[in-house]
Amino acid sequence: MTKTVEEAADVQPVWQRPSGPPKKTKRKSTLGRQDGVAHVFMLPWLLGLVFITSVPMLASLYLSFTNYNIMGSPEWTGLANYERMAGDDRFWSAAQVTATYVLVSVPLQLAFALGLALILDRGLKGLTFYRSAYYLPSLLGASVAVAVLWRQVFGHSGLINQMLEMIGIQGTNWLQNPDTALSTLIILNVWTFGAPMVIFLAGLRQIPEELYEAARVDGASVVRQFGSVTIPLLTPIIFFNLILQTIGSFQAFTQAHVVSGGTGGPVDSTLFYTLYIYQQAFVNFDMGYASALAWVLLLVIALITGVHFLLSKYWVFYGD
Amino acid sequence: MELGPSTTSRVIGPGEARRSGRRNSIIRHAALIIFGLFMLYPLIWMAVSAFKPSHLVLTDPSIIPTELTLENFRNGWHVAGLPFWVFFGNSLILAISCIVGNLFACSLTAYALARLNFRARKWYFAIVLVSVMLPIHAVIIPQYIVFSQLDLVNTFIPLVLPKFLATDAFFIFLMVQFIRGIPKELDQAAVVDGAGPFRVFWYVIFPLMRPALVTTTIFTFIWTWNDFFGQLIYLTDSGIWTVPIALNALLDSESNQGAGTLMAMSVVSLIPILLFFAFAQKYLIRGISTTGLK
Repeated sequence: MTKTVEEAADVQPVWQRPSGPPKKTKRKSTLGRQDGVAHVFMLPWLLGLVFITSVPMLASLYLSFTNYNIMGSPEWTGLANYERMAGDDRFWSAAQVTATYVLVSVPLQLAFALGLALILDRGLKGLTFYRSAYYLPSLLGASVAVAVLWRQVFGHSGLINQMLEMIGIQGTNWLQNPDTALSTLIILNVWTFGAPMVIFLAGLRQIPEELYEAARVDGASVVRQFGSVTIPLLTPIIFFNLILQTIGSFQAFTQAHVVSGGTGGPVDSTLFYTLYIYQQAFVNFDMGYASALAWVLLLVIALITGVHFLLSKYWVFYGD
Repeated sequence: MELGPSTTSRVIGPGEARRSGRRNSIIRHAALIIFGLFMLYPLIWMAVSAFKPSHLVLTDPSIIPTELTLENFRNGWHVAGLPFWVFFGNSLILAISCIVGNLFACSLTAYALARLNFRARKWYFAIVLVSVMLPIHAVIIPQYIVFSQLDLVNTFIPLVLPKFLATDAFFIFLMVQFIRGIPKELDQAAVVDGAGPFRVFWYVIFPLMRPALVTTTIFTFIWTWNDFFGQLIYLTDSGIWTVPIALNALLDSESNQGAGTLMAMSVVSLIPILLFFAFAQKYLIRGISTTGLK
């Protein structure tokens, strides 16, 4: 510790290089002189990067080529785990359930988030109040408590069916019916649109009012203003929310576990991919197969994120 | 990806103010309130149901109670033979440890990335950004195997240690962005006075980072309190169960627990988050709007 402080003292004039986006400065020649100090500061993170992230990732990749049930030692089986996936109906169910969940709930969630952000944006009184009320579900949505609530709301004699009964409709048992069980979880996810909404609101505030003024002077209608000013300037935020919510939705677990009692039922209709990994790893202790499943998830998320970034060139507009 | 702070509030143009007339705004308020009630109805219903006798929970959808009881709380208070406050204590210890870990490790890393000048800084920052997206499932299995071989399952260590090693990369990102907004003249003055990087960090930057530290604290608390996956895997002895795990166990024994009991204990489990929300609402909103945290 002392040593590094002294080192730092030596390089005083240098280490106060302007930060922020890396710039070319005349001090470039001295670049690297603070390597030691910087690594001391980053020691916890570097240890984490090695021992909590990188090594386990590689270990997980290795395990995915083995048969390992936590007793004994891993037995190399080559691609067997990956071949097993191809013929594993539950794997395909899990993939389908997760894909449906992401594809349906993320666009809906973002549409609600953007819609309400637009309504709340235009100089409306009581913004703080509405924003808080709409945000609250996002805060609670990931909890076991709300998943328990969802079970009650959509249960056989739950809130939904009680209300339907009042208007004379005979409800179904939403959670026991394979056709409707996943929808209840999609509704739960859409219900938490408050977090992206708050980000949209922040983005809307950064659009300069002059642009709207100019558009009005040119005679642009409200719809035209929305299409030509609001949306283009908001695309970076839309992109950001899209990436964030997609990655988050792929990893949904709590709701599915609680609502189905850990089974992913009925008939695997709520068998989220993460739930399947959990079952294989921590219920069946089939660590090799679970690792292979986890690696497929990792690759799919990386691929989808990559595609999003590539496509973003065509629709995301970065001003200046 | 970069989102600036949302400090600039937009000025409403005169034309706009005129256009959104009084009637228009009444309609908007009405729509927003109805929609808000629709959204919050399940939560309100849960809170009221907690005080209803169980048979009414399953028959009465209204949120105006006709009969009130504390029976549900009494029935649900003991889970696996332990009073619920044990799980509260466990969750609290875990959350505080995680907060300390995140504040410590992420702030040090963020300072180096934002202010120090060293080789490969860009690369390290890129790694931070990428690891934000890394699903925990890609690392959890080997981690579990190691922690179980070290006999650390059923301790908080597997859940807390990663925080002390700055694995919540999102907070590093948040803090880097924040430090970049602190005027460099401030630390330069300290350097002129002879302070080294450690002193500058501790006496200048760290105190000025308070808003970012508050955001980190709030979100670490909420995430830890809500976390289920990690706690489900590592905490299997009832004595070390946290609130979500105890609630899940209560749910498993549903056959002998009424719906009212489940609602009551769900409400109890959410109280700390609701309190946090009530007191820290401003910081919470600022935190997500500037960084996209959930």
